[in-house]
Amino acid sequence: MAIEVRKAGLSTTIQDMGRPGYFHLGIPEGGAMDRFSMRVANMLVGNDETAAGLEAVFMGPELEFTQDTWVAVTGATMPILLDGEEKPGWSAFPVKAGQVLNFGFLKEGARLYIAFAGGIDTPAQLGSRSTYPIGALGGVDGRAIAVGDVLPLGKPGNPAARSVDTALLREQKSPVELRVLPGLYWHRITEASQQRFFDEEWTVAPEADRMGYRFRGGSPMEFVPREQPFGAGSDPSNIVDGCYAYGSIQVPGGTEPIVLHRDAVSGGGYFTIGAVISADMDLIGQLQPNTKVRFVKVDMETALAARKARRERLQTIREALAAG
Amino acid sequence: MPDIQSPLPGTFYHAPDPNSAPFKKPGDAVAADDTIGLVEVMKTFIEVKAEVEGTFDGFVAPNAEPVQAGDVLAKVR
Repeated sequence: MAIEVRKAGLSTTIQDMGRPGYFHLGIPEGGAMDRFSMRVANMLVGNDETAAGLEAVFMGPELEFTQDTWVAVTGATMPILLDGEEKPGWSAFPVKAGQVLNFGFLKEGARLYIAFAGGIDTPAQLGSRSTYPIGALGGVDGRAIAVGDVLPLGKPGNPAARSVDTALLREQKSPVELRVLPGLYWHRITEASQQRFFDEEWTVAPEADRMGYRFRGGSPMEFVPREQPFGAGSDPSNIVDGCYAYGSIQVPGGTEPIVLHRDAVSGGGYFTIGAVISADMDLIGQLQPNTKVRFVKVDMETALAARKARRERLQTIREALAAG
Repeated sequence: MPDIQSPLPGTFYHAPDPNSAPFKKPGDAVAADDTIGLVEVMKTFIEVKAEVEGTFDGFVAPNAEPVQAGDVLAKVR
C-alpha cells in the first residue's frame, strides 16, 4: 500500500532532515533545502517532523494513491489538484485510494514539500532517507523518483484536518535579503569590493541547485594582492584547500558568488568570503532563477538571534497546531 | 488559439543548439509530442512538448531570455 509515481516532475527527491555526522568524510548532510516547510508539512499530517517526504523543484509530480492517507503540501505556491479539485496549501487533507494528486504552474517560490501520513518508508542509509544522487545514497536506489516507482508509507501518527494560519509563516521581501556573516577569507578582497558585495543587487543564476546557488549581476571582486601560498592555485580566488561550512559563499575567479547548500562538497580550493546565516538557508531553497537578491552584513549576535527567532516561529506553529 | 506555456522557470531556447535552426517555424505542422523549444535550468535542458496539435504560429517568448513557469512560449493554431 503506497503511492505510485505517474509523473516525476523535473527533479523530485525523497528528503528528510538529512544525515549529519559524515561531512568530514565528504558526505554532505543533505536533506530538505527548506527545512521549515518540510517540518511544517510533517506537523500538518501528524508525523514526526523528521519524517521523509518529497521535495519537488519548479514542477510538481503526479502521484496516484493505492491507499487512503493524509497529505499536506507546503513551500512553493503552486495549484494543488486532487482529482482536478484544488486543495489549499499549508493544510492537511484526506486522500482516498485511487485518487490522483498533481500540480499546476509554479506561482511563487521554487520547491514544494509534500508530506504523507506515516512518512515515506524507503530504506534509510547512514541514518537518513534523503536522496543524495551523486553519492547514490537514500531516495529510491540512490536517485530521484521516476515514473513507475512505488513509494511505501510508514505507519500513520496522528493525522487530522489541520491548517497553518498564514500569518504565522515567514514574510517574503523583494529583493530577497540574505544575511551574511563575513568569514575566514573576507580579508582577501579590498574594502571597496566588500562594500560593493553588500550594496549591489544580485540575481539568481539558472545554475542553482541542491549543491549550490549561483548569483550574478554584481561587479567582479578586487583582490588584495599577495604572493599565492604554496599549495594554492594561481588564481587569486584560490586558497590552500580548506573546509567549506554549510552556507559558505565561494567566489571562483572573484566573479559569481555561489552559496553552498545541502548537497555541497565539504571543502576545496576556492576562497569563501563568508556564510549565509542558518536562519536564511531555507529562503534560498525557495529562490527561482532570475530572482533579485541582496546580501546583508550581520554579526554573530544577529545571526544567533535570527536562528532563535526561526526556532520560535516553528514552536509557535507547533503549539498552534497542537491546540487545534 | 492554444498557447504553449513554459512548465517551469528558466531560460528559453528556440533551437536545440546555437548552430541549428529553430525547432519550429511559422506554418510548420505541430504534433502533440513535438518539441518546440528548450528551457534550461539547474544545468539541465528540458524539452518543451507542444501537447497540442495544429500549425505553428510563431514564438512569443524571445530566444535565450528568462521565462517564468506558465509564460506563453509559442502559439499554435
